[in-house]
Amino acid sequence: MNSRANITSVPAEPLVIKPRVADFKKPLVGILKKWKTFLISRFLPPLIVMTILVGVWELTCSRPDASLPSASAMLEQSWELIVNPFYDNGGNDVGMAWQILASLERVAYGYLIAVVVGVSLGVLIGQSTWALRGLDPVFQVLRTVPPLAWLPLSLAGFQDSHPSAIFVIFITAIWPIIINTSVGVRNIPEDYRNVARVIRLNGLEYFRQVMLPSAAPYIFSGLRIGVGLSWLAIVAAEMLIGGVGIGFFIWDAWNSSLISDIILALIYVGVVGFILDRMVAFIGNRVTRGTSAG
Amino acid sequence: MAASYLQIEQVSMDFTRGDLTSHVLQNINLKIDKGEYISIIGHSGCGKSTVLNIVAGLLRATSGVVILDGKEVNDPGPDRSLVFQNHSLLPWLTVYENVALAVNKIFKHSKSAAERHEWTLRNLEMVNMTHALNKRPAEISGGMKQRVGIARALSMEPKVLLLDEPFGALDALTRAHLQDEVMRIQSELKNTVMMITHDVDEAVLLSDRIVMMTNGPSATIGEILKIDLPRPRDRITLADDPTYNHYRHQVLSFLYEKQRKVDVA
Ligand SMILES: Nc1ncnc2c1ncn2[C@@H]1O[C@H](COP(=O)(O)OP(=O)(O)OP(=O)(O)O)[C@@H](O)[C@H]1O
Ligand SMILES: [Mg+2]
Repeated sequence: MNSRANITSVPAEPLVIKPRVADFKKPLVGILKKWKTFLISRFLPPLIVMTILVGVWELTCSRPDASLPSASAMLEQSWELIVNPFYDNGGNDVGMAWQILASLERVAYGYLIAVVVGVSLGVLIGQSTWALRGLDPVFQVLRTVPPLAWLPLSLAGFQDSHPSAIFVIFITAIWPIIINTSVGVRNIPEDYRNVARVIRLNGLEYFRQVMLPSAAPYIFSGLRIGVGLSWLAIVAAEMLIGGVGIGFFIWDAWNSSLISDIILALIYVGVVGFILDRMVAFIGNRVTRGTSAG
Repeated sequence: MAASYLQIEQVSMDFTRGDLTSHVLQNINLKIDKGEYISIIGHSGCGKSTVLNIVAGLLRATSGVVILDGKEVNDPGPDRSLVFQNHSLLPWLTVYENVALAVNKIFKHSKSAAERHEWTLRNLEMVNMTHALNKRPAEISGGMKQRVGIARALSMEPKVLLLDEPFGALDALTRAHLQDEVMRIQSELKNTVMMITHDVDEAVLLSDRIVMMTNGPSATIGEILKIDLPRPRDRITLADDPTYNHYRHQVLSFLYEKQRKVDVA
């Protein structure tokens, strides 16, 4: 008994403790290393490219005969706008954040209406061959109309700039949503339909339990294209209708020859567009996780 | 004369696309008793799935009728539940939810929520799948998916269980395992079953009768073979059983002598 206790207790200590320390240290170092390589591989290339681009910009626009401001000149001229995004002097004289938010609000209204109407119409022409034959030619023609071409017509119809801008966003975003939704609905596997028929799901149950989840990947790719187009269209639409909004801000800056403000606004527009795209993609990934057949 | 439980009478099926008509089935007649296990065997493309889909109500026969328990079959319904060859579970639902979807719909009014939950679990237990209730179909093996498909079909308490090559996509070991499981469940529940298969051993092992179909076009029932082997059947004992091998031989000779496939499928 004694000898047995000795045998187990003596080698046990170093055996137990040593690997623990090693185990504890190793992953931590490993994680740090992984993060480091991740950061380097993901953020270093864009950082280098950005530095080069800004450098080229600075060099080419620093000459006295340059027509556009250089990077440093732009920072200097627009400094007030950059550091005070939330000022409000009434009228159109508000900070960049308010301009962007005003534009986002219009996009939100137009886009949300487009989502509801677009998914409904997409389901309709995905489900019914008759609706497809009737509506598809109309859609194919209408979707080629450039967004801004709708603006005069909607101004005439609504007699007001606010709903007109929303309408332009709506009509811009709706086509990819309709088309992708209908393709998604058409591509619901026959087997899923048969399952629904055997257990006799009614229309609403079928829509919620089978159609939406099955078509979700298609719908979300339409939604993603739609949000991108909305953001593209809002700037142009706002240039024409005026008021608070990033589009008219750019137009106004141009009329006042504030080129550096235009550059700042473009950076804002790009970043916000990027974030919108990523947001829809993120929601899509969350919703459709596990949806793909396997 | 008492009518059979399931009757297929003079069923013919033509598919028409444009001005091209193909006569797939010609005068299919079959009477199946309650609790009987029927296999349909025949060469690929002869129209086995078409027969099953007509019984399921997913397809309408061009002429002829299907009568189940005194009622004509016109549309799909839970009294004729299907197990598809490719499982066809809804990939966004978990194992539990896939079965619960059917149970909750079919027994909405006749069972309480607790009873439906209980019943869903009971059916998954029957196919030994309770360990993976919260897994998605993509996370389980092919054999497991097929089990869940069987559980879903059983949970509907169908009058007829329709199996379209239920084990076709599985490896030999998994297939044998599931066949044993189906035999065990069948001995408990005494379902009426119509199963399509390509596998001669599977047909002889599981069936009370084997329906052998002639080659298309205009396929029909060539022969019906009654399998008089006592149950429970054991595949290892039967491997050396002369009666079993006689049945096997009969099916093989039908398929490869009388109905030899001429063209390459
Ligand atoms: N919807 C359809 N339209 C036209 N022809 C069809 C249709 N469904 C099946 N067919 C034809 O009917 C015939 C029988 O098809 P079916 O799927 O019933 O064969 P099967 O015996 O189940 O074959 P397999 O063993 O390969 O599954 C085939 O020639 C097929 O091309
Ligand atoms: Mg088939």
